[in-house]
Order: sequence, then structure tokens, then C-alpha cells
Amino acid sequence: MLKLEKRPQPSQLWIYLTPLIAVLATMAAGSVLFAFLGKDPVVAIRTIFWDPLFSEFAFYYRPQLLVKGAPLVLIAIGLSLGFRAGIWNIGAEGQYIIGALTGAGVGLAFYPLDAWFVFPLMVIAGALGGWAWAMIPALLKVRFGTNEILVSLMLVYVAEQLLASMSLGLMKNPEGRGFPGSRNLQHYESAHNAELITGTGMHWGVVAAFIAVITAYVLLNRHILGYHIRLTGQAPRAARFAGVVPARLVLFCLGTAGALAGLAGMFEVAGPAGQVSIDFNVGYGFTAIIVAFLGRLHPVGILLAGALLALTYIGGEIAQSQLGLPAAAIQLFQGMLLFFLLAIDVMTNYRLAWQRREVA
Amino acid sequence: MQLKTILTTAAMALGLATTAMAQDPTKVGFVYVGPVGDGGWTYEHNQARLAVEEEFGDKVETVFVESVPEGPDAERVMTQMALDGADLIFTTSFGYMDPTINVAKKFPDVKFEHATGYKRADNVSTYGARFYEGRAVQGHIAGSMTESNTVGYIGSYPIPEVIRGINSAFIHARKVNPDVEFKIVWAYTWFDPAKEADAAKVLIEQGADVILQHTDSTAPHAAAQNAGGVITFGQASDMAEYKPKPRVSSIIDNWAPYYIERTRAVMEGTWESTDTWDGIGAGMVEIGEITDAVPEDVKAEALALKDRIGSGEYHPFTGPINKQDGSEWLAEGETAEDGTLLGMDFYVEGITGKIPQ
Repeated sequence: MLKLEKRPQPSQLWIYLTPLIAVLATMAAGSVLFAFLGKDPVVAIRTIFWDPLFSEFAFYYRPQLLVKGAPLVLIAIGLSLGFRAGIWNIGAEGQYIIGALTGAGVGLAFYPLDAWFVFPLMVIAGALGGWAWAMIPALLKVRFGTNEILVSLMLVYVAEQLLASMSLGLMKNPEGRGFPGSRNLQHYESAHNAELITGTGMHWGVVAAFIAVITAYVLLNRHILGYHIRLTGQAPRAARFAGVVPARLVLFCLGTAGALAGLAGMFEVAGPAGQVSIDFNVGYGFTAIIVAFLGRLHPVGILLAGALLALTYIGGEIAQSQLGLPAAAIQLFQGMLLFFLLAIDVMTNYRLAWQRREVA
Repeated sequence: MQLKTILTTAAMALGLATTAMAQDPTKVGFVYVGPVGDGGWTYEHNQARLAVEEEFGDKVETVFVESVPEGPDAERVMTQMALDGADLIFTTSFGYMDPTINVAKKFPDVKFEHATGYKRADNVSTYGARFYEGRAVQGHIAGSMTESNTVGYIGSYPIPEVIRGINSAFIHARKVNPDVEFKIVWAYTWFDPAKEADAAKVLIEQGADVILQHTDSTAPHAAAQNAGGVITFGQASDMAEYKPKPRVSSIIDNWAPYYIERTRAVMEGTWESTDTWDGIGAGMVEIGEITDAVPEDVKAEALALKDRIGSGEYHPFTGPINKQDGSEWLAEGETAEDGTLLGMDFYVEGITGKIPQ
């Protein structure tokens, strides 16, 4: 009889193998799905994974990978710190929105002043906005022991309402003929998060994402705080004996995640999106949770996972327009990725063993 | 080399390639904000896409991407279509305005058509429909049919398009029923069956026996059917599955004639940047069948109103009309200018409640 047997130690091999197998399994199951939809599965998989990187128009898609992947990586890095310590911030989407609002708010307040300090101030405001929004669940947890999962998630909906209200009221473009949405920051040079080198997709948000990856790597491997984070996740009791103050860790992890999500929102609103609008948020905060786990909560893994998810988004769009695949099929495909990851993850902590039925 | 130059060169190379091979079909792209199965706004745009295919057969090739978020994703989808050789791209949501203009700059040889916006360029046209004309007919039926004198209205977003519809419906409901009141709920979504159903239920609980909606799902119809004794109107699409009651009529967006005409213009090389705002007269706005749940005389009046609007004999915004604060907007016999209508951000006199700011 086949039986799952708990491993004494999580398997190092499977930790690295799981994401790869999950991707392959997703491709296989996706092929079946696409075949049932009457599309050539090989062409579909090639369109999603190969075309954005190597097709005729890859010169356009490759920079887009950075644009799409940067906010995912930036947010996921922040989330991973908390996730490692068992602090579950599910509300990055809300922190992303608030960061965009505070960042854009500062920019719009200075309009049309042409000065070098406008953009740096927006960056600070964006980070502070996201940080402050994440402090709500953090302080409630520390002070009253509330569940940060619920509070941070609920605050996403509050943030969405604030976003709508800002787009329709305070931040509405006075020259927008009554339509909702702020001025387009792309047309306000001092506030525009433009491409640093034209045609590369590289904007300050991408730079920030890379810096976050490196910083998180150093923090986790070389710094006592990173050690505390890892220790708390693996052995909370031992962590307390080692002198970790749980409250301080909660404030740090949620605060950092909030600040990074806020930065991502600010870079997005000042750059690729350009304006505060009712539908500004498109789910980066939630997708980043997938990215964090797909990347094994490891900074480098997150970088790769962010790139992979960005690839499925962009490839998915190409597949929609070239092959006529429905959007739902692409979303299903992305969902399968997390599903297989979690399913195969069992192998990290368990192994398959044959067990003979014992004779009585 | 700058990206713009690269893209332009690529686009021109493609453009030349297409002209060189005269047999190549004209490629038309469509960017949709919702799923094609929403049964409302996007569904009708997709029907028009199919009509284009039917009209031109293999002389045309259409592509579409659905559920595209407004913002950088839209910009990428449009760019991708243009790179793939689209000759004409319809971007069918207001939020695609700035992305459309951005992409159009990079592809001067590709024509763009943006729905409901106001920014144009040499290769960007805008188009929209005078849905407020249809709202007038709805308002007339609503005002005549309500017994509780309470009409519920599910608004999507407080933007001029929606406010115009509310005002038009209200004016014509009051004309036949001076006691009628409108209760307006903002759903802050174009398509969310759960939210729309909730909004409908709240309105019905507050005594509304007519529900008008400016959101795209059929959920309010289902809610009305469950409540019983409540009538509704199809929005964007006929929503005929709820006939003859609760759905007693509908406003149908008919984009097909416009899409066919514009595609033909591209094929014949006569395409020019224009601003189109058509209504019942041009067939862009249709009134779906008025069912037998509506009394014969009300139906006849509604159809007569529709015909008078269609022929241009009557404008739904004809004075005297005051603004909500009591100040005069239109004098006796004066009709509203398009500019005012396009930027409408006020309620007319008699509507209670405030436009969310």
C-alpha cells in the first residue's frame, strides 16, 4: 500500500524541485485544457512561454516583462519576510493602493511645479502610505491580538473605496471634463516615473525591485534580524528563548511589506499607469502572494517567480489575441500553477513509502 | 535607436508588407473591458465584431482580447495587436483613452477607434452612443408603470454618461407621473453580478417597484423576479431571457453598422479621424421589444416618444429644465448642447440625493 511518511527533515532536493515540477505539471495540464478548447496545445504553450522572449516582437515584450514583474517582485519580497515568520499579510493590495494614492497625491499637490525634489518626495510618501496602512493590522495585532489576516484583507476593500472616492473627488482631473481619474502623471515631467533608458522598460520601480531582492537576501542570511525572522517561523518557542520580541517582529514585517507594496503602487501610478483611476489596482497585491510562495519565500526564487508570472500574463495576452483563447482559460492556467505547487509541496515534508500490510 | 523609432519602423514594415500583398485580409483588433459572455456591454461589442466578420468574410480577420484592465495592460494589448499587423483597433472602454492615444502615437499607420472618450488624434477617432435617448423611453415607461412611485436606479460610476441617463429617465418619468421619486444606488462597478443583485434587493426593500440599471449583468433581473411585482429593463443588451416580466423593455447597443462602416473605410483608404455620437435615429441605440406586461396605451406612447426622438423632432433635454439647486439650466424650448451633455456633472431639479464626490 502506498503511504505518505513524514520526513524527519524537509527535503532540500524537493524544495528546489517542487517549483520546477509544478511548472511542468501546469504546462501538461494546460495542454490538455487547451486541447479541449480546440487549440493546438504545443502552439499555445509556445505562445505563452516562448513568444514573449524570442519571437519577432520580443524586443517589445522583454521590457514589458520588467514592467509587469517589478511590482510583483517588490510586493512579494515584503510579504515573504512576514510569511517566513508566520505573519500573514494578505492585504498588500490595499497597501499598494494607499501607496499609489499618497505618492500621486504629493505629485498632484505640486503640479505644475517643475522641480527635482517632487519625485523623491513622492517615493517617500508612497512608502510611508503603504507602511501606515500596514501599521493598522500590525498595531491591532500587537495591542489587541486581532488576526492580521482578516484585518489586512478587509482593509483592501476600504482602500478600494478610498481609491474610488479620490478618483471621483479630491484627485479628479479638473480638466477631465467631469470624468473620474486624476491628471496623467506621465504628462508631468517632474513626477513622471519614466523609463530610465528608452525602450528597456527599466523604470525606478524595477530598480527598487532589484534592490529589494538584494537587501532581503543580505538581511536573511547575514543579519541577526533575518535570523530572528527565520527562527520565529521555524521554532517560535526557541525564538522567544533567543530573545526575539514577537511584537517588534510583527511591526517590522508588516511595516516593511506595507512600505514595499506602497512603493510598488507609487511607481506604478507615476509610471506605467500614469493616473489615479477607479480601476487602478489590478490584483498585484494578491498575485504577489503566489509569487512569494512559488519563489519559496527566497529572494532569488521570488525574482524568478515574478519573471515567470509576468511571462504567463504577457504570453497569455498574446495567446488570447493570436489564438482566440478565452481570458478565463489563461486565468485558470495561472491558478493551476499555485495549485500544483501546493500539491507537490507535500513531497518536501513527506515521502512516499510502500507499506506491507502486516499479518495479524 | 529609440523604442518609438523601432516600433514605427516595424509598423511601417508591416504596413508596407500588407499593401504589397493586396490579398491580405484587413486585420481588425478589439480590446474588451469585460468577458465576451457578460451579456451586456462587451457582449454587444463582440456581436458587432462578428457582424464585421460576416459582412466582409475572408477579406477581414478579427482578433480580440477580453477582460483587459484599464491602464498599462491595455496599452500592451493594443501594442501587441498593432505589432501583429492590425490595421484598425477598437478600444471599447472609457479607461482606454490615454493608452489608446499613447499607442496611436507609436503606430501612425494603424487606425484607432476609442469608445466614449474625448481625446482624438490623426489616427484616433472617438465614438459613442446617445443612450440618454433610450433612457427617456425607459423613464416614460417607468413613470407610467410604478405604483409605489419609487423607481430604483443602479448606477455604475458617477460619470457624465451615467448621470445623463439618470437625468433623462427622471425627466421623462416625472412628465407622466409628478409624484415619482428616484432612489439611486452606486455600485462602483460595470459588471459584478453579486453587487448588482445586492443593490437591486436594497432598492426593492426600500419600496422600488421599477429597477433601472446602468450596470451590465442580468443579476438585477433575477432579483426582481424573485421579489415579484417588480419590473426591469435590459441594459446594453436585450436580456430577453427575462421577458415578458420582469424585463419589460431594454436599451440595446448596436455597434455593428458603425464597425462595418469604419472597417470599410479602412479597406477603401477613406478612413478619417472623426467624432461620432449617434442615437436612436442612426440605429446605434435600439429599444428592445416592449412586452405585453406594459399596458397598450403606455406602450404606444413609449413608441411614439422613441419615433419623435429618432426623427430628431424631439430632444430629451428640452427646456424648461432646472438644475437640482433650482437654478435655470435650459429655458423654455431650449435644447441642451452636446458639450454640456458630455460633461454633465449635475442632477436636474427634483432628484434627491447628491452625486458622490
